[in-house]
Order: sequence, then C-alpha cells, then structure tokens
Amino acid sequence: MKQYFLFLYESPGAFDTISPEEMQKIVARYIAWRGDVAAKGHMLGGNKLRDGEGRVMRAADGKVSVTDGPFAENKEVIAGYFHIQAESYDQAVDIARTCPHMDFGVIEIREMEITH
Amino acid sequence: MHPIAHEPAAEAGLLVDHLFRHQHAPILGALVRMLGSAHLGLAEECVQDAFLRALQTWPFHGIPPNPAAWLTLVAKRRALDQLRRAVVSGSGEPSSPPAQPPTLGDDTLELIFLCCHPALPIDSQLALTLRSVAGLSTSEIARAYLLPEVTIAQRIVRAKKLISESNLSFDVPFDAHLAPRLHSVCRVLYLMFNEGYSASSGDRLLREELCHEAIRLVALLTLNPATGRPAVHALAALFCLQSARLPARVDDAGDLLTLASQDRALWDSRLTAAGFHHLAHAAAGNELTPWHLEAEIASLHSLAPTFDSTDWPRIADAYEALSALQPSPVVTLAHAVALSYAATPEAALALLAPLADEPALARYHLYPAILADLYARRGDTVAARTQLERALALAPTTPERNLLVRRLASLL
Repeated sequence: MKQYFLFLYESPGAFDTISPEEMQKIVARYIAWRGDVAAKGHMLGGNKLRDGEGRVMRAADGKVSVTDGPFAENKEVIAGYFHIQAESYDQAVDIARTCPHMDFGVIEIREMEITH
Repeated sequence: MHPIAHEPAAEAGLLVDHLFRHQHAPILGALVRMLGSAHLGLAEECVQDAFLRALQTWPFHGIPPNPAAWLTLVAKRRALDQLRRAVVSGSGEPSSPPAQPPTLGDDTLELIFLCCHPALPIDSQLALTLRSVAGLSTSEIARAYLLPEVTIAQRIVRAKKLISESNLSFDVPFDAHLAPRLHSVCRVLYLMFNEGYSASSGDRLLREELCHEAIRLVALLTLNPATGRPAVHALAALFCLQSARLPARVDDAGDLLTLASQDRALWDSRLTAAGFHHLAHAAAGNELTPWHLEAEIASLHSLAPTFDSTDWPRIADAYEALSALQPSPVVTLAHAVALSYAATPEAALALLAPLADEPALARYHLYPAILADLYARRGDTVAARTQLERALALAPTTPERNLLVRRLASLL
C-alpha cells in the first residue's frame, strides 16, 4: 500500500455565516466519510491546522525574513490534512472524491515518498 | 503506521438531531449571564466560534465523547478570554456583571425572556428569539418569512442595540412583574407557531421547523414551576394538537388538503396525546384565555374519528366565546364555518352578513372561499363560482390556488 496526504484547502471565513443546524449537517457528513474510509482500512490519521496564524519564511540575499501568513490575503489556505493509504493515485482519488470537502474547497493529493 | 480501525463516537453515529441548534440557547444563556445582557452580540460570537471550531476540528479528530459539554466549554473559554482582554485593556467593557441569584434557575428561559422583552418592538422580539434561542440563521428566518435577509438582520441589530442601550436585565423578575413578561413570551411563541403553521408561503420544511421549535420552547416553559401556568399549558396544548395534523395537510403531489379530506390516520398520535396532557393542566385554576378556547377547538377536531362525526355545536360555542373574548373578523369566519355544520349554511351566511364591507377581509382569500362553500352547499352554484373566482384572484400561494381550482372544477 502506498501512502498519500490529502491537503484540504478552503477560503478563510467560508463557514462564518451558516447556522448551527447547517454546521451540524456538514460535520455529520465529514464524520460519516471519515468513518467509512477508516472502516475500509484506508485512514491513517488527520489533523486540523490552526486557523488565522502561521509563518512564511523566505531567504533573500542571505537573510531570512519571517512574515505572518499565509492568511494575509483572502486566498485558499490548507485547513487540514488526512493521511491515507491506497493502492494507487486512482484509488486515492476515488477516496477523496467522496469527501464532503469537495463541496467547500480544493483537495490536493500527494503521494508520500517512502525510502526503504 | 496502522490504519485507524474504528472511531468510537463516529461508529455509534453519535450526533443527536439538532444538537447544535438546541445547544445554542443554553450555551448563549450561560454566556449572557457571564458577560451581561448588554453583550448579547459578543456572547453570540463566542457561541458561533465554538460551533465553528467543532465544524473545523471534528472532521479531523472525530466527535468528542460529550459533544454538548465540549461546545459549552469552548464557548465559555472564549468568553473568558474576552473578559480578560477587556480587563487588561482597561476598557472596562465587557464588564463582569454583579453576581445575582438566577430567578428562574434556567439560562435558556432567561434568554427567552430577554429576547421577548416588551421594551422591544414585537417584530424584533420574534426575529431575535428565532436567531438567539432557536438558533436559526438570518437567512433561514428570511426564507421562512419570505422577507429579505437584510430586513431580518436589521430587526435583530435593532433589538440588540435596544437591549444594550436600555440596559435590559437578563434576570427575570420573580414576582408580580413575571406575569406580563410571561405573556409577552407567549405572544412571541404564538406568532412563531402561527407563522409556521399557516400554509401561506415560504419554505414548507422550515415552517414546520418553526412549529416544532415553538413546541419545544413552550414545553420548556411548562416544565418550570414559575412559568408552567395554566395559560402556558393551554398554549402548549394548542401547538401540539394543531401540529399533530401537519403530516396530513398535503397530499403526495404537494397539494393542500382540507380538514374534510385529510387522512386522519396520518395525524401524529404522540403530539395529540401531548396536547391532551397539556389541556388537562390548562384546566387548573379559573383563568380562561383565548388560547384555552383555541386549544379546546383543536381538541374537538382531534377527538372526531371522521369529519362527519365532528362535534360542531361545541366548536361553534367555543368560537362564539372566543369572539366575545377577542373579537376579530377572522374568528367570525371560523365561527361561521362551525355554525354552518352545527346548524345550516344559511345561519352561517347570516352571521357573515355584517362582514361584507369589512376592510380587514377585503384581500383575505379565505373569506370568498368560505362564502363559496356555503353557497355551494345550499345549491347556489352561480354565487359559489363567483366567490371562488374572487378567492382565486387573492390566494397567495400555488397550493392554495390549486385547491381553489379543483373546487371550481367540481362545481361545473
């Protein structure tokens, strides 16, 4: 089995105005998806990344600059990630396709390079 | 790396229906008690933040063992942060209110009383109660009432501003002042229920949700010793008995069914039973409110196994009493319908004669619709058709127009 990371991108504030009922329905969909992926033996883990903070580091002329980010602009940021195992990119795509996040943002799939 | 085999919480499917929405009021009430009612807006932000954190973290980490406690804890922490920040910045706002003993002993009830404070315009009371107590979003409220979202938002903002400026207390007076406050709460719940129940327009599922929410809130009132008075039980009885009929009101095609053509087997027996339970408690004491009479009328419909076996004389009597207590052309209309079955269509027409020039009924489609029915039953098809055409021109929604069209066709 190969290992993949699903990076979930979303626009900050995307959920700010929805009602508690709608929030609960969305949570329930994610939990159901996660449970389903876990039940099939594909789920290795996942984490939420903290919103509204972060650091972006850049080096220029031998000097490292550290700025707050990447939330400065209203662009999509990584909200969290799932770590899964699958036979192939095709299977990883099939797993991610059913993720409710597809209704709210972008999912980027990357295979983990494993050196033995 | 081992795959995650199972998720205890997720496996049990443990997200109780409406958990988030129903937790909104108790958490918000607790925060308003901490922050003071002038900071209702801030308290709401803290609750919303807690829900947002749940939305964003639970998908990755799973549902915590006690979701309601988790939400409360996160919201309270957030409120404490705000308090601490205010103290550090020396702004003094929000200030921690002086500790006072709770009067009703229930933050949710205190929150309802604050939202239904008679110092607020009635429109704002209703909008704020739906937003803060029922946990509906402004867009959901707007959809239920077919009003622009901005209108609802303005009503809520105005209400919060008034609460803050007038320094309305979160604590409910636990004395002679309780009665008028309780009446104000009941009036808002009655409006909430009626908006949900009257099939005039809007999103049907959301409107039924308004009914269920009104029932949930009035049930909370009946359970508290201070607020569980006979009139409140009468209101609860009315809500339960009326909404028991909701499942039978539309057919599979979405067309409206009149009381006469509803399949009574579809009436919700659980709600009917709850209605009769409240009706029994409503009879304690000797206070007679319009809600008592309306509940009695609803109960007489519930008791009839078929439309033909309805106890129309008692219903007509109840409407007559209601007319005396709270005269209105709409009550007279309903009285006339009951009288047409208890006595004759002619008697009903005689009762309605003085209403011919009533301005309140000039644009009310049920008035000509009822006249049409009375004319048809005495064999005057021509007059019936004229009234149905009038009703058709006034009916606000497609299901209501369809019903009239069907009746018009049956008169050919």
